[in-house]
Amino acid sequence: MKKKVNFFSSKGSNSFLSAIMAIAAGLLFGLVILLISNAKEAFPAFVMILKGGFASGLAGLGQVLYLATPIILTGLSVGFAFKTGLFNIGSSGQFTCGAFAAVYIGVKWTFLPGGIHWIVALLGAALVGALWGIVPGVLKAIANVNEVITSIMMNYIGMYLINILIVKFVHDPIKNQSVPVAPTAIIPKAGLDKLFGTNNMNISVFIAILMVVLIYIVLNKTTFGYELKACGLSPDASKYAGINAKRNIVLSMVIAGALSGFGGGLLYLAGSGKYLQVLDVLAPQGFNGISVALLGMSNPIGILFSGLFIAHITVGGSNTQLYNFVPEVIDIIIAAIIYCGAFALLFKNLIARFGKKSSGATKEEG
Amino acid sequence: MDILYFIVQQTMFFAIPLLIVALGGMFSERSGIVNIALEGIMVMGGFFSIAVIHLLENRMSGQPLLLIAVLVAGVSGAVFSLLHAFAAINLKADQTISGTALNLFAPAFAVFVARMVQGVQQIQFKDTFFIRKVPVLGDIPVLGPLLFQNAYVTTYIGLAVAIMSGVVINRTKFGLRLRACGEHPQAADSVGINVYKIRYAGVIISGALAGIGGLVFIVPTSTNFNASVAGYGFLALAVLIFGQWRTKRIIVAAFFFGIMKTFASAYSGIPFLKTLPISNEVYKMIPYIATLVILAFSSKNSQAPRAEGIPYDKGSR
Repeated sequence: MKKKVNFFSSKGSNSFLSAIMAIAAGLLFGLVILLISNAKEAFPAFVMILKGGFASGLAGLGQVLYLATPIILTGLSVGFAFKTGLFNIGSSGQFTCGAFAAVYIGVKWTFLPGGIHWIVALLGAALVGALWGIVPGVLKAIANVNEVITSIMMNYIGMYLINILIVKFVHDPIKNQSVPVAPTAIIPKAGLDKLFGTNNMNISVFIAILMVVLIYIVLNKTTFGYELKACGLSPDASKYAGINAKRNIVLSMVIAGALSGFGGGLLYLAGSGKYLQVLDVLAPQGFNGISVALLGMSNPIGILFSGLFIAHITVGGSNTQLYNFVPEVIDIIIAAIIYCGAFALLFKNLIARFGKKSSGATKEEG
Repeated sequence: MDILYFIVQQTMFFAIPLLIVALGGMFSERSGIVNIALEGIMVMGGFFSIAVIHLLENRMSGQPLLLIAVLVAGVSGAVFSLLHAFAAINLKADQTISGTALNLFAPAFAVFVARMVQGVQQIQFKDTFFIRKVPVLGDIPVLGPLLFQNAYVTTYIGLAVAIMSGVVINRTKFGLRLRACGEHPQAADSVGINVYKIRYAGVIISGALAGIGGLVFIVPTSTNFNASVAGYGFLALAVLIFGQWRTKRIIVAAFFFGIMKTFASAYSGIPFLKTLPISNEVYKMIPYIATLVILAFSSKNSQAPRAEGIPYDKGSR
């Protein structure tokens, strides 16, 4: 009984439980939407959503991992900036710029030897993403410009700029998209494609997990991470303690940008038949990253699982088309989850009260 | 002269929605609630009002239909913004998160409903609202062609909103209370002002105006609604910040971006720009780059409401 009390009152499990409650509330709301739009098919469709990737065996699972990989990276990006008290809504632009850098290197730098080409392309993606993140960071640190606005502007500038660059350097005019990258630039599949029976599988997901661990260590085990979090919690106090807040703002946005750009590289070097397109649409992975980060409470491990969860129900959502539903119902559910997640404080208080009650009950028993 | 008329008429189509939405944002933020959800609210207002136009256009047309649509847009925006108000005021939620949730929700909802009902996500409508020339006023030299030809009635609604907003926020008791709640809610509370009520009012007004802004953006620029307002809500947020949360400056800022956007979209109609060897995409980037540059120079002395983004707790007084 004592163990249970600790479970309810510890901080980590408390966040976890409030995330679960938000998910439950969001799913319930989704069920209501399904019932209103088509009551007859609502329940089988809802079961389809819950089953997600598991509905179609290993290939479905592979699809979940494929969709999760880039949004785990953009989620890490947004979450990392959150820890410094910054809202990186510009993940979308950083993602696109990184993706372009990866494709450009993948197409043009064929002089690189096989084992190195894809690594250089990925590093290039991170570097260009970082460059895109540096602008809001520097403007915030030097001129006190609201980073939400600057990163939104950078999203649009990036989108239009990359459209120009695709046409100029790596354009396939017939399909109005980028040309395929050289085979040496494709991330190794290491037999995973055969194991899962889908061409979308490669070692990206392991690279993503590696990044999660890396960011976890940086945030929780290093002085730099401690300083970043201190700046996020109280800028004034950390300034007083001699922490260089301006430098940390810039570094935080640079790392956030690098993570998003890296995610773009991972997606477009997967050799899965996905190409950069010349469209006036912001990359949705950036905005999904916000959902992933919020649901994961900005904790790297939480982000890993929330990324997998969102990919899981996204696959489930596309399966609901079997019952004549529109897959956008998943976006509605995710939005509802985030909205309920905003009540974290309320949920936490409820859980704490519940924890107290059960601890009170233990005392009475004893 | 014809080019000037063309530029001014075009600018109205871009500037007026920005103006209405940014002023809406002002009411929310001056009361102390950050409203990043403007984009989502615009989508919601646009969705319901365009749907109403789509449903009614076989029975009526022209200005009466547009006015009904404006009403629907305002009401749906206001109702949708209640979600933000409830989260931000009653539940003391993180206002950025709640706003982001609404931004995610609105387009998904619009796509979902449109596709469930009619199969495709675009909602078509006939543009019967264009005014080639306003009687009498359109004949005034210079001013007539500038403001009263090739226009939409929404332009005048926007200008009226601007004047009314200025008066309400600066000259009325309600405006004073609203500003007090955004600057020092504890002090406002101590003299008997209900901070929660005033903040609700601020968010609802912002919702109504942003909803109308969604419609006002779509009608002159398109004949179908595709669950998107092309980032105009975010741009309005930039206008609000560039305008330093003050009515007059917001008007200036909105028209500045309107002109920038006009160059971006209508440069091929302006002879000397058309001959320049600059690609289409570069023009599209200009408004966003200009925003960045101007914000970099104007943000140092931010006049943001001091209590903005901080949930008010009666107990902390």
